[in-house]
Amino acid sequence: MMDAKATREGYGDGLAELGESRPEVVALDADLAKSTKSINFKEKFPERFFEMGISEQDMVATAAGFALSGKIAYASSFACFITGRAYDQVRTSVCYSNVNVKLVGSHAGLMTGEDGATHQALEDISLMRSLPNMKVIVPGDYFEAKIATKKAAEIPGPVYLRMARAKTPIYFNDDYNFTLGKGVVMESGSDVAIIACGAPLQYAIEAAERLKKDKIDAAVVNMPSIKPLDAKLVSKMATQAGAIVTVEDHSIYGGLGSAVSEVMAEEGLAPVERVGTKDVFGESGKGPELYKKYGLDSDGIINAVKIVMGKRK
Amino acid sequence: MKLDSHKDLEQKAREIRREIIKMLSISGSGHPGGSLSATDLMVALFYHEMNYNPNEPLWPDRDRFVLSKGHCCPALYAILADLGYFPKEKLKTLRKLNSPLQGHPSYTHIPAVEASTGPLGQGLSVGNGIALAGKLDKKDYHVYVMLGDGEMQEGNVWEAMMTSSHYKTDNLTAIVDYNNLQIDGKVSEVKEVMPLKDKFKSFGWEVFEVNGHKMKDIVKVLGKARKKKGKPSVIIAKTIKGKGVSFMENIVDFHGVTPNEEETAKALKELE
Repeated sequence: MMDAKATREGYGDGLAELGESRPEVVALDADLAKSTKSINFKEKFPERFFEMGISEQDMVATAAGFALSGKIAYASSFACFITGRAYDQVRTSVCYSNVNVKLVGSHAGLMTGEDGATHQALEDISLMRSLPNMKVIVPGDYFEAKIATKKAAEIPGPVYLRMARAKTPIYFNDDYNFTLGKGVVMESGSDVAIIACGAPLQYAIEAAERLKKDKIDAAVVNMPSIKPLDAKLVSKMATQAGAIVTVEDHSIYGGLGSAVSEVMAEEGLAPVERVGTKDVFGESGKGPELYKKYGLDSDGIINAVKIVMGKRK
Repeated sequence: MKLDSHKDLEQKAREIRREIIKMLSISGSGHPGGSLSATDLMVALFYHEMNYNPNEPLWPDRDRFVLSKGHCCPALYAILADLGYFPKEKLKTLRKLNSPLQGHPSYTHIPAVEASTGPLGQGLSVGNGIALAGKLDKKDYHVYVMLGDGEMQEGNVWEAMMTSSHYKTDNLTAIVDYNNLQIDGKVSEVKEVMPLKDKFKSFGWEVFEVNGHKMKDIVKVLGKARKKKGKPSVIIAKTIKGKGVSFMENIVDFHGVTPNEEETAKALKELE
């Protein structure tokens, strides 16, 4: 069994390491530090950690105040609250002012599980991606989360980092070089390209493995940088494979699937089939059960591969 | 520019009010009522109480002024221009295409605007962040946040009020421009925010009350608020919307309607 760790743990560990090299980093949380893992920073740097209580709007605008004063402010909560509850604060105080606030949304998507629809953010990428100045990163494993968390401090202006609650397989290590705007080819293949981000990456890899039995040669791309998107890599994969499947634990409206489809609409290179939730809320259940029901597991991805291959020119 | 005598401050407030009327008349769009109610308070802050340097807008030790009720930016723009942050000529470009003088203040357009505001309720949180950063960095600067009374209806303000007292941001003073009018009518009729003094007190704040048009009293209360240690201070300033222009005073329609040519001439004459 492959090692597994949650991307939110990568955030906590990355932030705690970052605190040592960057004294201007401060962290804020809204009564979820134990869940988002910002507690790792709090334990090492209590004087630079600000507990804001259950007040996400206040937290985000306060983070903007810190950033206006030369700090790099990391503010974390559940993805549904930090992007939804505090949307206008993100829009006005953070993005319009273009300040160094790094928003971290943990417990994103169906993989959040038993808490149900209210706590399963399935529209947060869409909300954040549409805001000017905002960059959007969805790490695919623990190390990518940890390294992206540290790298975000070097990216000027607002960044949204989307983390998952559940443990997921580890693919990278501490030497991994995360670059904003770059995707990573995990498996090469010439029949179809599966472009995935976040927790479902494991199922994209599993689907590619299973497709070999059907003599389908599927490439798998990990696309942590949703905005800016690695459009060059998307186009290259489209040219090589002639068909694309996107996979995300998010609505098919406004997230990775939309971003990739926009590139394909502009360049007309390949048909796209989007795996994600289709205009519905989630529900309670175990993460993997929900992935199965909503078609985000390897069965769902294989189904999408077969559909899109039928549309190849 | 420091003015010590109340007479000089009152004269400066008249000049600023004239600029506000002129800008709004030219732009044909903007918010006179709240700009005029806040003018005396802002003049006392910028020409007497606050430390800053127009030649170095981002001087790290400067006092900060966050205009949470961002729609009243004509008053702020008139003051910043008068202090030399940008040429006075620019005031004519308020709300025009390609102007840095946006309809609501933008930090990326004018560095002396400490925070982008407009959507109400966020300025006190931003001010808390600036105040807490000042404490971390062991700076002596003071943060002023100006709120509207109608703005007190925003939930974010109450979250921020708890944060201020929890973290004892005694390097922050909030000022409520209490003119008792908002777009749909009297604050007390739209949704009552009183008793504001008791509410702030119960939230752990030091509360001062002042007539927001009496320069001598404003100057005095600003000094007291700055000196108060151990908790944040708020100054509830009783004001008159449209103050200084007889036909605008207490008229709700002048919240967001600019004076026509005739009204402009009349207003400027009154403000001589």
